[in-house]
Amino acid sequence: MKNTTPIIGIEVHVELTTNSKMFCGCPADHFGKSPNTQTCPVCLGLPGALPVPNQKAIEDTIKIGLALNCEINEETHFDRKQYFYPDLAKGYQISQYDQPLSHDGFLTLDSGKKIRIERVHLEEDTGKLQHTILNGERVSLIDFNRCGVPLVEIVSMPDISSTEEAKEYLKKIHQIVREIKVTTADLEKGQMRLEPTVNVKITDASGEHLTPLVELKNINSFNFATLAIDYEVKRLVAEFEKTGFTKKGGNKSTRGYDSVKKVTFPQRQKEEANDYRYFPEPDIPPLRISNSVVEKIRTELPALPDVIIENLVVSGVKLPDAKIISKDRLALEALTAYPGFDQTKLASFIVNKKIDISGNITSQYRKLTQIGETDTGKLSAFVEKVITDNPKVVEEYKKGKTGVLGFLVGQVMKLSGGKADPKTVSTLLLEKL
Amino acid sequence: MNKQIHELSVVELLRGLEDKRFSSVEVIKHYLDRINRYNGELNAFLHINEDAVKQAEAIDKLIASGKKPLGIPIAVKDNFLTVGMPTTAGSLVLKDYHPRYESTVTKRLLDAGAIIIGKTNMDAWAHGSSTETSQYGPTLNPWDLGRLPGGSSGGSAAAVSAQLVPVAIGSETAGSIRQPAAWCGVTGFKPSYGRVSRYGVIAMASSTDSPGPIARNVEDAALITSIIAGADPYDATSSTKEVEPFRELLKRKDLKGVKIALVKEYLLPTMRAEVKTLIHNAAAHLESLGAKVEEISLLDPKYSIGVYTVVMRSEVSSNLARFDGIRYGHGRARFGDEAKRRIMLGTYTLSAGYYDAYYKKAMTVRTKIVSEFENTFKDFDAYIGAVSPGPALKLGATKNEPMFGEMEDILVEPSSLAGLTSAGVPCGFVDGLPIGLQITGAQFTEAKILDIANLYQKSTQFNKFPERYQK
Repeated sequence: MKNTTPIIGIEVHVELTTNSKMFCGCPADHFGKSPNTQTCPVCLGLPGALPVPNQKAIEDTIKIGLALNCEINEETHFDRKQYFYPDLAKGYQISQYDQPLSHDGFLTLDSGKKIRIERVHLEEDTGKLQHTILNGERVSLIDFNRCGVPLVEIVSMPDISSTEEAKEYLKKIHQIVREIKVTTADLEKGQMRLEPTVNVKITDASGEHLTPLVELKNINSFNFATLAIDYEVKRLVAEFEKTGFTKKGGNKSTRGYDSVKKVTFPQRQKEEANDYRYFPEPDIPPLRISNSVVEKIRTELPALPDVIIENLVVSGVKLPDAKIISKDRLALEALTAYPGFDQTKLASFIVNKKIDISGNITSQYRKLTQIGETDTGKLSAFVEKVITDNPKVVEEYKKGKTGVLGFLVGQVMKLSGGKADPKTVSTLLLEKL
Repeated sequence: MNKQIHELSVVELLRGLEDKRFSSVEVIKHYLDRINRYNGELNAFLHINEDAVKQAEAIDKLIASGKKPLGIPIAVKDNFLTVGMPTTAGSLVLKDYHPRYESTVTKRLLDAGAIIIGKTNMDAWAHGSSTETSQYGPTLNPWDLGRLPGGSSGGSAAAVSAQLVPVAIGSETAGSIRQPAAWCGVTGFKPSYGRVSRYGVIAMASSTDSPGPIARNVEDAALITSIIAGADPYDATSSTKEVEPFRELLKRKDLKGVKIALVKEYLLPTMRAEVKTLIHNAAAHLESLGAKVEEISLLDPKYSIGVYTVVMRSEVSSNLARFDGIRYGHGRARFGDEAKRRIMLGTYTLSAGYYDAYYKKAMTVRTKIVSEFENTFKDFDAYIGAVSPGPALKLGATKNEPMFGEMEDILVEPSSLAGLTSAGVPCGFVDGLPIGLQITGAQFTEAKILDIANLYQKSTQFNKFPERYQK
């Protein structure tokens, strides 16, 4: 008897779509640009160059934090994260360590389950290495165009316990950051990168065991993320059965995902005390985020998908329709522009493409809801049936409880498949009663 | 009595240019001549600007058209990036490195019409107080060729002292302007941290680096500081406070109403009695000018050594990481012993498990030092003390002394950690070698400190230049 539960936390990196880079004036839009054409002393990390933080990027990060129900740190600063890699121009990355811009938020899944957000912080992207052959020689080239592009890291707590939840979480994050217009989050362009950390809780006769942690690096599609997690969960369970190894300091490993072979593969072993030697960035004074700034940013936030869906449902839209409409700005506008129409029906017409939202909605709606079912012959039969089927209600009506008429109308409507004209039904019912 | 060009201050040179007594080309040629004659023995300059005369010709045209460019030569420490001249920071790692952009300080000087006549020698990466750790050989002290000029801006101080240039730019992390100025008998001025942009200065310790002038006198230092100071959109730590016309504000005829502290702990027990006497003399002189001088007690400066050592090494280990051998042409093996020691110590103090014990603790004490000074400056306009415990030491004094710089800079490190402003001016001689007095004030009180230092200097007779380089 064995029970396995995946434990998943996800780090999501999103590049902000600001005009300029995080610490200099170079354009932040680097995709497809020819190598090293968007650089300057600052993003090249030349001697003597100094970083000056991008105000817009800071505000956008706060916006993401607020959208994810985070608290905003009043006092915050940048730190240097030190490690060596050829695409890291300065030998350190400017990031945030102990005082991120925002922390302690959550994202609600459709099931109502809350996935806690540990932190949302701001850092700079690195350059890109290109391993290639030049004049018959194997070389590694460095493109610094991406170096210094504002990058936001959204870190969840390990609250996700299935691939379905992981996928929903990621899609929701994607939808939110796009909705608040801080990034285009195009996964194919690497503007959103996913790094799930996975292990498995295994319960068997001998008790509860936690497998070692695995960090899955740089995944660029939701499907690959779920496939990788699935694969990894199975692999971890199999590994545990073979070796009995459990989670302990120092045995966290890093793996990549091969989307062709559909397997994960080991990258470098991660040292437990991965010593990044963080310390406060002395080139940038600490930031103080005033309450008024936070509140101003809050007012700029558009209604978020969760809130939109909730409002739609309250107004009568069915949940599946509400979800679809919440993702389509034009459809949402078309629906909410006609509060006088039955929102359940209108939403359903829109979703099922019975109404062309670029055309005249009023006439289309009228046409669909009246459908000519004023044919008294057909409706009379329904009316007769309802009266026969509900003798008690009819009795109540006759005793003077006229309020039950609505119920009877409803029954007739049901029989007609919603196509009857309620006014005609009502008249017919009154006649028969 | 007609002074030779090299005996003139910047202010006098400007007047001469304005009165057409000489041209900018003549001034530049005069100094190039002297550099040719003397730099061989002093090794104060690492690079000479080959286009200096051509640039002076352009300046003369501007003067002829009625404009008022500075037109004077200026030497710049080799850690300021200069387009058209190599910048090595005294290290072989950056040998033949030609910067692609201009530092803010040199750009402002060039915009004002100064001519950068050359780049001066320094301790490699500014690590040191002797210029002996330069990987291009030490600079010698113009007062005694067997002695060190101090450092790290030793080349700049020696060049001004030997009158190879009327004024030079240095940078101070803790003492690197004031100490070589003191050992070479010239004026050094450290502006507050954030007063002068660090953009384009090869970083040593980012949280204390302060560019400033080394000059023939306080008046010139004030003039140059006004030009290089001020907010810089490229340096987030630069202050947006308005820059005052420091030279025009040198108005004091006496020090009535000025309160000056004489710090007891800065008269070190190990200090030579002659140095202590000179400091007491300076205090008496300030009193005679009308100042109220009071002895006070501050945190023993030995604590600053610990704090400074940890903070600076930590920042150094990070700042030098970019010289990883991939770019700039040379590998890490070229780092000298001093740089390697600092990188290793700084890496250690930032490491997991040691960060709290070292870096964090150091920052806590640093905050204490800052607040102690804040309290002091509630009651006093400035404090005084020696810049260095003694006169220039002999060549080779740094051998097997990894903490040499810290011991020599013990009296200036507290002020650097707190980002204060401070003037270093000659206050007498011991063994025929100059001794420097520091007059230190609160952050952004440059105008006040320069004013006090200027009056002190003009009313004393210690502002001298070595015989050997008079002609």
